[in-house]
Amino acid sequence: MERSLARYIWTHTWRQQLWILFVVALSMIPYFMSFDLPKQIVNGPIQGQGFETPGATQPFLPIDISVPFLGSFHLFDGFQLNRTQTLVALSLVFLGLVIVNGVFKLYINTYKGRLGERMLRRIRFELVDRVLRFPPGHFKRVKAAEVATMIKDEVEPLGGFIGDAFVTPAQLGGQALTALIFIILQSFWLGMIAAVIVGIQLVIIPQMRKRLIRLGRERQLTARALSGRVGEIVDGIGAIHINDTSNYERADIADRLGTIFKIRYDLYQWKFLVKFINNFLAQVTPFLFYLVGGWFALQGRLDIGQLVAVINAYKDLPGPLKELIDWDQNRQDVQVKYAQVVEQFTADTILDPKLQTLTIEPVKPIGDALSTVNLSLTDDGGAKLLDRVTVQINPGEKVAVVGTAASGAEALAEALSRLIWPESGRITACGSDLLDVPEAVTGRRIAYASSEAYLFQGSLRDNLLYGLKHAPLKEVTYEGAKAAQRRWAIGEAISAGNPYYDVNSDWIDYASAGATGPADLYHAIRPVLDAVVLSHDILDLGLRSRVEPALHPEITGRIVELREALRKRLDEEGLSALVASFEPGAYNMQATVGENLLFGAANGSELTGKELAGNAYFRSILIQDGLAEELYGMGLQIADQAIELFADLPPDHPFFQQLAFMTAEDIPEYTQLLQRLRGRPIDAASDDERAKIIKLSFAYIEPRHRFGLLTQELMDKIVTARQRFYDGLPKELERAIERYDPQKYTTAATLMDNVLFGRIAHNQPDGPERIRSLVRELLDTLGLHDEVLDIGLDFNVGVGGRRLTGAQRQKLDVARALLKRADFLIFNRPLSALDQRSQDVVTKNVLEEAKRDGRDPAILWVLPNPHLANLFERVIVFHAGELVEDGTHETLATKNGTFTRLLA
Amino acid sequence: MVMLLNDEVGMLRKVPLFSRVAPAKLKLLAFTSDRVSYSEGQTLFHQGDEGDAAYVVLSGKADIIVDSAAGQIKVAEVEPNEIVGEIAILCDVSRTATVRASTPLEALRIRKDHFLRLLTEFPEMTVEIVKVLADRLSHTTAELTAARSKARQANS
Repeated sequence: MERSLARYIWTHTWRQQLWILFVVALSMIPYFMSFDLPKQIVNGPIQGQGFETPGATQPFLPIDISVPFLGSFHLFDGFQLNRTQTLVALSLVFLGLVIVNGVFKLYINTYKGRLGERMLRRIRFELVDRVLRFPPGHFKRVKAAEVATMIKDEVEPLGGFIGDAFVTPAQLGGQALTALIFIILQSFWLGMIAAVIVGIQLVIIPQMRKRLIRLGRERQLTARALSGRVGEIVDGIGAIHINDTSNYERADIADRLGTIFKIRYDLYQWKFLVKFINNFLAQVTPFLFYLVGGWFALQGRLDIGQLVAVINAYKDLPGPLKELIDWDQNRQDVQVKYAQVVEQFTADTILDPKLQTLTIEPVKPIGDALSTVNLSLTDDGGAKLLDRVTVQINPGEKVAVVGTAASGAEALAEALSRLIWPESGRITACGSDLLDVPEAVTGRRIAYASSEAYLFQGSLRDNLLYGLKHAPLKEVTYEGAKAAQRRWAIGEAISAGNPYYDVNSDWIDYASAGATGPADLYHAIRPVLDAVVLSHDILDLGLRSRVEPALHPEITGRIVELREALRKRLDEEGLSALVASFEPGAYNMQATVGENLLFGAANGSELTGKELAGNAYFRSILIQDGLAEELYGMGLQIADQAIELFADLPPDHPFFQQLAFMTAEDIPEYTQLLQRLRGRPIDAASDDERAKIIKLSFAYIEPRHRFGLLTQELMDKIVTARQRFYDGLPKELERAIERYDPQKYTTAATLMDNVLFGRIAHNQPDGPERIRSLVRELLDTLGLHDEVLDIGLDFNVGVGGRRLTGAQRQKLDVARALLKRADFLIFNRPLSALDQRSQDVVTKNVLEEAKRDGRDPAILWVLPNPHLANLFERVIVFHAGELVEDGTHETLATKNGTFTRLLA
Repeated sequence: MVMLLNDEVGMLRKVPLFSRVAPAKLKLLAFTSDRVSYSEGQTLFHQGDEGDAAYVVLSGKADIIVDSAAGQIKVAEVEPNEIVGEIAILCDVSRTATVRASTPLEALRIRKDHFLRLLTEFPEMTVEIVKVLADRLSHTTAELTAARSKARQANS
């Protein structure tokens, strides 16, 4: 990047800068005219100059042009106006000039602003572009949060400065110079005084401000480091808790904040000292004018009018001067910021932009071998990872790479996918150095999966298809306002040097996944997800989500069919006891008392959890039939039991998760309540206390908690209350609850709850898992599998995929690598989070899946241990960075070498 | 008949492992455990599985079956008030046998983490368990000695 900010700005904006300079020059004409006009108004119509006789008129707007050497030409006589008319006309001209000046100012400021914002956009884009082109090793030395602060905050002031970069010095310098010349013309010596003071100001102030700039730079660096540390704390929060280092982190942050405070306070003090000196110098000049000018006047060397004019003119000098000095400080400040950012974004080597050229058309398969010649790799500290390895991976070959812990096998896999660059030797592909092959080829024809799977925040689908998004494949046609918006976006992108690829286009390369479009994409995705054993997880995610019927009419429309099929299936298998179905007229033993009362899914807050017991309408239902009293009694017993069981446990004890009724924090409160209310009638409790006690009963499930609190009579009462509740449901609560209806889909409940339409019995071993597998089977037989998969793929994986388990993330990464059907598949211990048995299954599946549809890609698999090596035709063994054995599984297994030692 | 928490506590007290643990602790143990019912022929766990829970049989019977070269061999039977599967959760080994219900069976499933947590929290419970295990070990040692001397006699 260009190191000088001024040159950078000039290169990209010289046309605009010249134009704005021209406009500024043009704006000076009405500006000076408006200076002159007040004098004309006062002297002319108001004082009456030229209107001495009644009815006298003066020409208005005569046009004379004087050309040097040729004399003046008279073009227009002007309008003859009398005194009042002239007053009105001149005032109107004044108003006109005010408007013209305002419009000029508006235009100039907007133009400068736009210029600055465009440049800001250009710089930010260029920085991100460089991040995308840094060599992989560079990122070991930079913190993500610091890079983000630089791009976001540190270049921000540049935008404001760029518009002023050339215009401001021209404008202010011009003004200041004019005032100074004016003063010199009035009195040479006074002019000299002003010039000397101005000179001192121009020399001293910037000198003093150098310290300000240095402090500003320190402030920038410390603030950036702070944001890096905060980022680290967030990322490493787990390590902090585990090691009890929160106070160490506190100390570090407090220390950094202290340093920042010191710098900022220094800055503050120095800034006001500079301000003081600056103001003093500005004020000392009038003092000298009065003294020296007055002395001259006393001596008769200067008349009073001149003195007044000089002092008057001087008023216009410090303003522009100060702004000019400010501008200069701003310039230096911004220059420093810019230089620092540029320095941070300068790497010894950076990828040639040509390697990342947007390639829309399909890329030819890699037909020849991927080979290394004397390849040596080192880590960041210079330790050898791989030592002069020459190996060739032929198209279609299935190669297992095994080795001891620091054998270099993983480094080879990383080098083949360009994640580390050779220290010496080279890797060749397509007849040239791998580092010179465009990413369009390597990124599409070579797939890579490792244990460090990175997922972007977004849906599972986005992440799964991420490996297919190489280029916008479809031209999106916009209409009406959107078309105009798109044209504007393209125009602006070009002005700021940004690309204008349409992010809304369809970027998914269906063809490379073996599909023709969105319609049959699932046919391509499903076997891949099955191969990595992820389909079940995704189906479960789908089953756990709340589904909007409008978006998925297929499954929500067939919910009744699905419920019946499940019931039938359970009956056939003799598992009817596994699920207790909801029946409008019966108590469901496996559901809570609260669920049995409401018999519906709550929507919004009025009828959920804490609010329910306090809801006025709901209370009115409970009061009838004496139900409230019974539930109150039940609540007291629950409180009693819960306190007996849990009172001795520390509040953070994991057993509290088992206590559905209250949290650890509630225990003391309920202990007090119980002491006060035990053995007394319900009337002894206030409304609030009553609600608190009754609330406990809502969470009770007899087969689970086994306190023995439910009688048949009570259950009947609850079912009757349920009926009463819906019969008299007031209008404002209708939206708060969706009643369970065997014939209808419940939007507020999860898909699984909808399918079950009941509760899984608590006394069934592994009930939830058995039900899930039954439901999955059913979905398949009913042809609803893909629909639920689709719903599951909508699941948001969270920042860095943290809402998925480690095993799921790794499986997803392998699926992503498989999906693009590359010619070379490189797997670098990609399944380390899985247990051994699952690793075996997935490895075998993946090898099969890669060959489906008659494909025959080369596979290089770095295995965590050698016992799966027999699945591959060739085995390469590494030890201490060297390739020690290479051959078929049979030959290596019979030879007495490293491989047999590893196998043992 | 529905068996309630208090009845379960009574049952747990009859298990030698828990016989001297305070009733209040047993109640907590029962509360944090799951009550599970098995039908005849259903498996509680398989040999080779990871051990994640121990089971106290409340009613019904189960067979303890070991896989061997000759097929499955029934080595013992579990009866009410007996605990099964506790070894795997105490020492992190996989299940050494399969347990299958031979009649309809009711059991209390004590999860590994809960059980271990109780042990750390209530040392008196640990002491009881150590006693029971030491007792078993001395029994096993005695049996082994007997078996070995028998084997030696047979060889000589």
